[in-house]
Amino acid sequence: MTEIYVNFKYAGETDNAKGIVENFIEQRRKSTISSNINIHYDEDLDRIFIDSSRGRVRRPLIVVKEGKSTLTEKHAQMLQKNEMTWGDLVNQGIVEYLDAAEEENAFVAFYEKDLAKEHTHLEISPISMLGIVASLVPYGDYGPGARMCIGSKNQKHAAGFYAANYATRFDMDVNLLHEPQVPIVQTSMYDVIEYDKHPAGQNVVVALMSYKGYNIEDAIIINRGSLDRGLLRSTYFRPESTEEIRYSGGLMDEVGIPDKEIKGYRAEKDYKFLEDDGMVFPEAKVIESDVVIGKTSPPRFLSSMDEYNLGQNIRRESSTAIKHGEGGVVDFVLITESEEGNKLVQVKIRDQRIPEIGDKFTPRHYQKGVVGLVVPQSDMPFTASGLTPDLITSPHGLPSRMTVSYLLEMIAGKVGAMDGKYINGTIFESDPEEALRQDLARIGFRENGTEIMYNGETGEKYTARIFVGNMFYLRLKHMVANKLHSRARGPIQLLTRQPTEGRAKEGGLRLGEMEKDAFVANGAALLLKERFDSDKTIVPVCEKCGSMGFYNEYKKIMVCPVCGEDSEMSNVEMAYAFKLILDELKSLGINPKINLEDRY
Amino acid sequence: MNIDEIKSKLNPKLIEEIESYLPKGTSADKAKKVYEEVLEEYQEAKVSPGECVGIITAESIGERGTQMTLNTFHLAGVAEMNVTMGLPRMIEILDGRKTIETPMMEIYLNEPYKSGKNIRELAMQIKETRLGEIVKEFVIDLAENSVAFTIDDEKAKILGITPSAIMKAVEKGTKISVKNSGRQYVVPVAGKDAGVNEVYKLKELLRNIFVGGIKNITQVLPIKRGEEYLIITAGTNLKSVMESEAVDKQRTISNDIYEVYSVLGIEAARAAIINEMYKVIEGQGLNIDDRHIMLVADMMTVDGSIKGITRYGIIGEKSSVLARASFETPIKHLINAALVGEKDPLNSVVENVMINQIIPVGTGLPKIVMKQPEEKK
Repeated sequence: MTEIYVNFKYAGETDNAKGIVENFIEQRRKSTISSNINIHYDEDLDRIFIDSSRGRVRRPLIVVKEGKSTLTEKHAQMLQKNEMTWGDLVNQGIVEYLDAAEEENAFVAFYEKDLAKEHTHLEISPISMLGIVASLVPYGDYGPGARMCIGSKNQKHAAGFYAANYATRFDMDVNLLHEPQVPIVQTSMYDVIEYDKHPAGQNVVVALMSYKGYNIEDAIIINRGSLDRGLLRSTYFRPESTEEIRYSGGLMDEVGIPDKEIKGYRAEKDYKFLEDDGMVFPEAKVIESDVVIGKTSPPRFLSSMDEYNLGQNIRRESSTAIKHGEGGVVDFVLITESEEGNKLVQVKIRDQRIPEIGDKFTPRHYQKGVVGLVVPQSDMPFTASGLTPDLITSPHGLPSRMTVSYLLEMIAGKVGAMDGKYINGTIFESDPEEALRQDLARIGFRENGTEIMYNGETGEKYTARIFVGNMFYLRLKHMVANKLHSRARGPIQLLTRQPTEGRAKEGGLRLGEMEKDAFVANGAALLLKERFDSDKTIVPVCEKCGSMGFYNEYKKIMVCPVCGEDSEMSNVEMAYAFKLILDELKSLGINPKINLEDRY
Repeated sequence: MNIDEIKSKLNPKLIEEIESYLPKGTSADKAKKVYEEVLEEYQEAKVSPGECVGIITAESIGERGTQMTLNTFHLAGVAEMNVTMGLPRMIEILDGRKTIETPMMEIYLNEPYKSGKNIRELAMQIKETRLGEIVKEFVIDLAENSVAFTIDDEKAKILGITPSAIMKAVEKGTKISVKNSGRQYVVPVAGKDAGVNEVYKLKELLRNIFVGGIKNITQVLPIKRGEEYLIITAGTNLKSVMESEAVDKQRTISNDIYEVYSVLGIEAARAAIINEMYKVIEGQGLNIDDRHIMLVADMMTVDGSIKGITRYGIIGEKSSVLARASFETPIKHLINAALVGEKDPLNSVVENVMINQIIPVGTGLPKIVMKQPEEKK
């Protein structure tokens, strides 16, 4: 007896397992049973599982009967003429969706020509086994699958034409690629997702060679001439916004140029871009700490009466300024209303980003790299025809990663560019390498894609032939301009008096526990002390009772909180964090004492 | 410097070694030159005062350890026993765990077993034997409320288990007197109104009764290493194994450091720590200087007992309150210190880093001592 489970709950038994399954599938193809239900017979367990639960991953396949595809030329014509839809195919049982379990019972043919009697289904296209992003990789079957998976992540980070109404949108932290292009080497997925309507990269000429060691470890060399012509330029948008919040007691924020008398007034030059309405004017070139929206807030603690009585000029400064390390041009100023009906001011800042050393780029094969050097066009290597590449990448990234697809795209791109046609690089259905090579030879190149090149600085011919071709490169959103950070002096934390952490707070770079160990292991005792001096303080310590005291500036005298003013005290230099922990111990009920001794 | 002076500065074992290398009839002059050379090398190799051997050891082992986590692999299909290796084993050793995951012994043998004679039989005799393993069949008599079993004589003979020993073991294990009729043994269930359950329980109990071999040794594997045969076991019982005449007591060793310590003493435990650590490092294809491992082993055994590198072990022994508090469970350490009014002399590195004072190592160690010029009167 075969047990039958519906959505993993026991439903009954049968003697005729195969018959039930066959009948079920037949009924589903006739649309008497919903096409959303899958059935699976597990021979080892001798159980039938019928599943209609949500969240299953399902994919469409063409139904095969007696070794013949049920999808015929007739259907194709009808589909083209719009006489038939995808839904009709599903309803007529020509295409059916299988979930992972039912797929175990299916025998799927890859190509129509492979069809044999045993097959139950036919793949619509081999590309349907991939997700959208992975199927964007041309010649994907010429590389390790793992590369394609990781590479898809990179493609999602590409700057492109993300929305046609970008000019009126207030998106946080977006990049827009200038003059994006449609790739020369495409896959069939590019048509499906209409990639030409929102492309995210440019076709560039790539040479595969080392260049003075500036492209080691996946770095890339960029031609300054190309950059000046606008190669892979992008704009970075970031909005600043503020809201006029209403407080209890009828008080509210006020957008406007703050008065000089208010609490927390910045330097006067910080407000220089504000117009009378308290907002910047469009196209103002702002840099860090420039105020873009002036705003004042009512005093924080209304209950304290004396402050209340001082009058109007006790409002707080609460303007929105450009953050540390940022800047750009004011693109758009928007005055609107928030959900609560408050006045909402948004200022969009645009910053043009020309590729520079440290910016990240990638082709579509997970060969990401960072710009290592920008070289003047005059110093770039050139081919016999005088062509200089836009980009130089290192050949050392290829053997270990085995991304043959990278090399194939270069050849295909070259053929496509010269012939003025798109090359089909769809996985398992791509234009064959042999044909590409013949095309190259026909166009007048060496059929293996290499060219003789000359040193751009000396004009000497390189002994090796350099592999040159066209590739589709993407600009990734990780740009140095958003990450570069350093500090000598700067803000400290209130509690510990140690430097703040993080770029946004202009923080320090931590010399951590393990780095400390390295100093100790080297025996660099005095250097270590100096490095950890960021929070040093001088605390008066009582010689008698060992407790920490304070300095009475008024009387010019050191005071011990236990022994009083007339006790003998000495100044001790220590880390403020240590003073803090001693104070915290006191709150624990432990009284730490410092016994002073002469050091020598 | 004359030759005796030089010799007094060298390790006696080193002198012995040099002597054995010197060809006969070497002149005293030449010998002295050799000694001088050796002394110079020896002085070079010495660690200078203020060198942070502890941190360097920690870094040397710790940095290698990061590579280890990534390449743990198992030997599949090899006729060896399952052994804890790599990082888990290293942690086990350094923590000074009392019970380890895979206790093992390497039993070296005397002649004639050394050359492989009767080694299988010997191995079987060492392995602990439960009654169930030598019983042909158990018969449950529900009418009589008893369990009867027959012994596989051949197996018992190989293992050297006599019928009287079986009787003794069963009586000791069940506390019931056993009737023996020929090869069959009958064990009645105690108590008059015992049910079926009790009979089955008795059967399971009988199956598990220890009848021979050495306790705790659950698996044996005779192997040939080089020219000689030895037995590798899973489970250890160093003391009992060493009582056997067939065993080479000098080389037989267990990988359970606590057992080595209790049977052979602290120096043996120190050597065991070094050897076991060395095995792990070697097994991972890493290269760590022996002296780092020796330092760790010294730290773990210095007070005569094994102390792991944990908050209960050597870190709990640190003299500084602040140093202990900075490792783990700070509040516990601080409160206990406060209860007894502990004093922290700030002698070590961690404390001084905490309060931002010069640490007493490396360049922080030397101090200038000057004699104050006497004042002229």
